[in-house]
Amino acid sequence: MADKKAAVPFAGTKEQEEALKKAIDELKGEKGALMPILQKAQDIYGYLPREVQKMISDETGIPMEKIYGVATFYSQFTLNPKGRYRISVCLGTACYVKGSGDIYNALMEKLGIVGGECTPDGKFSLDACRCVGACGLAPVMMINEEVYGRLTVDDLDGILAKYE
Amino acid sequence: MENVNLKINGLNVTAPAGSTILEAAHGAGIRIPTLCWLKEINEIGACRMCVVEVKGAKGLVAACVYPVAEGMEVRTNTKRLLDARKRTLELLLSTHDKKCLSCVRSGHCELQELCQELGVEDEDHFAGERNHYEPDTSAVHMIRDNNKCILCRRCSAVCEKVQSVGVIGPNNRGFATFIGSAFEMGLGDTSCVGCGQCIAACPTGALYEKDNTDDVLAAIADESKHVVVQTAPAVRVALGEEFGYPMGTDVEGKMAAALRRIGFDKVFDTDFSADLTIMEEAHEFLDRVQNGGVLPMMTSCSPGWIKYCEHYYPDQLAHLSSCKSPQQMFGAITKTYYAEKMGIPPEDIVCVSVMPCTAKKFELQRDDQYAAGVPDVDISITTRELARLIRKVGINFRSLPDEGFDDPLGESTGAGVIFGATGGVMEAALRTAVEKLTGKELEKPEFTEVRGTDGIKEATYNVAGMDVKVAVASGLGNAKIIMDKVRAGEADYHFIEIMCCPGGCVNGGGQPRVHADVRNFEDVKAIRAKALYDNDAAKTIRKSHENPAIRKVYEEYLGEPGSERAHQILHTTYVKRTIN
Repeated sequence: MADKKAAVPFAGTKEQEEALKKAIDELKGEKGALMPILQKAQDIYGYLPREVQKMISDETGIPMEKIYGVATFYSQFTLNPKGRYRISVCLGTACYVKGSGDIYNALMEKLGIVGGECTPDGKFSLDACRCVGACGLAPVMMINEEVYGRLTVDDLDGILAKYE
Repeated sequence: MENVNLKINGLNVTAPAGSTILEAAHGAGIRIPTLCWLKEINEIGACRMCVVEVKGAKGLVAACVYPVAEGMEVRTNTKRLLDARKRTLELLLSTHDKKCLSCVRSGHCELQELCQELGVEDEDHFAGERNHYEPDTSAVHMIRDNNKCILCRRCSAVCEKVQSVGVIGPNNRGFATFIGSAFEMGLGDTSCVGCGQCIAACPTGALYEKDNTDDVLAAIADESKHVVVQTAPAVRVALGEEFGYPMGTDVEGKMAAALRRIGFDKVFDTDFSADLTIMEEAHEFLDRVQNGGVLPMMTSCSPGWIKYCEHYYPDQLAHLSSCKSPQQMFGAITKTYYAEKMGIPPEDIVCVSVMPCTAKKFELQRDDQYAAGVPDVDISITTRELARLIRKVGINFRSLPDEGFDDPLGESTGAGVIFGATGGVMEAALRTAVEKLTGKELEKPEFTEVRGTDGIKEATYNVAGMDVKVAVASGLGNAKIIMDKVRAGEADYHFIEIMCCPGGCVNGGGQPRVHADVRNFEDVKAIRAKALYDNDAAKTIRKSHENPAIRKVYEEYLGEPGSERAHQILHTTYVKRTIN
């Protein structure tokens, strides 16, 4: 589920804006154009912050609320950027019964964000995921491409400290 | 249109092809309960209250969206269906704030009625996880309490489809879904125009106006204050519904009597200032026509429309008449002319208005509405709040005698009273403008081309050798169509009347709530408007410029329409706003 305002300041470039406007121009006459426009926008920016949704609203005349409603309905859309280090905690069945819920909650507390969000410095983002195919190592989390298994809450500080 | 034959509950029924089971059943006198369905506005088949059995169909189908077919066999009231509906209600109640005793909707809540009807015995039948929301009190005129929301989407459908505003809608998904604005903005921070059509559409107590009845009682209790009340034209033809009168009953006399018994020092009438508005607006129109002013000129009586224009057409504000609305003109003239005449300092006068409108609560707080250095109008309550006030102070409305309004601000003409219906302001203005232009008396005062409940009406009148082209729109979706033409330079109208609510003020967001069962099948706005036109037809004076009290105000105080003093007191300015 998407969350509220991104804590990371918006830093869109002129090139991104032009790419978005071009995409909107190509799509906006079509019926049901909002979904493909949002997908394109997320391709361009990596997420759908308020500034991007406002641009889409201004260009298409679709009310902001309608855009926000769609963006928060589909789990493929995110209102928050991903961090330099993307943490995914597996909440699949095996990991969950082995306590990955506690790992996830502890990370939220340590990073001061909830799932789906990114820390204000842009360093870590946190998401829950389903099975990563390493059930034997449960509970498992990934940071970018690195897999950490047989985790306990006590391991987390040491692991996070490795990422500067 | 082709008809199809079907059986509903064993009865042979004929219905037009393409109609829904629900419409066919209604035609045959069979009621199927609904919650989310608003005809032509919200047809999403989501709430499952209207489920019926169709022979051969898989599972239960939603009658509101399922089309009839030849030979179809439908059952609407089997035990299985009644159980299914009851279960749906129990599920809705599992995350509903069931504080009915203190709920503004108690007694006329569509959800509550259905629970009674279908025999829900245990409101906590499914006790599970609950959502809790902080009510949104950020808007000047209303409150959204999502704890009472059943997610039927009637409000957001009206906002987007009828009013072309779309500042509310469903956010998130599944159990986390709630109705709100983009990025959890409070309604007060959005480009909401305050029309209150969402309130009128809501089946429960989730949406309601901010209640100012206690402020009224406090003002009346304060002996140092002279409290006057004004009532908008549309209020008198709807208030009766709250006391069991049939829709379209004009209760003007009883309303005046009730206001006097509530304790107002003077019971006046906004119809008076509607006449005053016509004097100024007709003058402004003639001035624009004769001196090359910005045309088309657009009416400025409807605060929802004004705010809409400021948010969505900020580049077109020069078209708006600079006239204050009748509510504000009334307050302004009360605190200047009347205050002087009575020898009461304006700061000791409290001006209360009773309006069919929620946007009026916002309007009275606007800048440039302080003719005497104090707010023109102090408190604005809706028709619903007046009914509440009448009940609160223990008045038996039905047994009241018919009384009149007080002098001098209670005297009005038929032109003033029709302000409450779409086309009414235009007709009233034409009655005066045409006579001014031609210098001759009209053969008949009616301009029937601009009457009726169509969303957009056009007419051309030849006046003193000039073709005057007028347009009338009600409902902001229709206003948008006109405004896009004006913006594109494709409109050759001279004068446009726009009212924010569909059908005009008679159907305003502050009027008595109409149950969806009625609203879906009756033309509420036409029924109420007819009462206004009947009231006009029964009047001996039907043109604003013939109102003796109006003449006197100009003679004694304002001079001529459009005079410097009139401008100071009766005209206003607008601001550019953004879309949020």
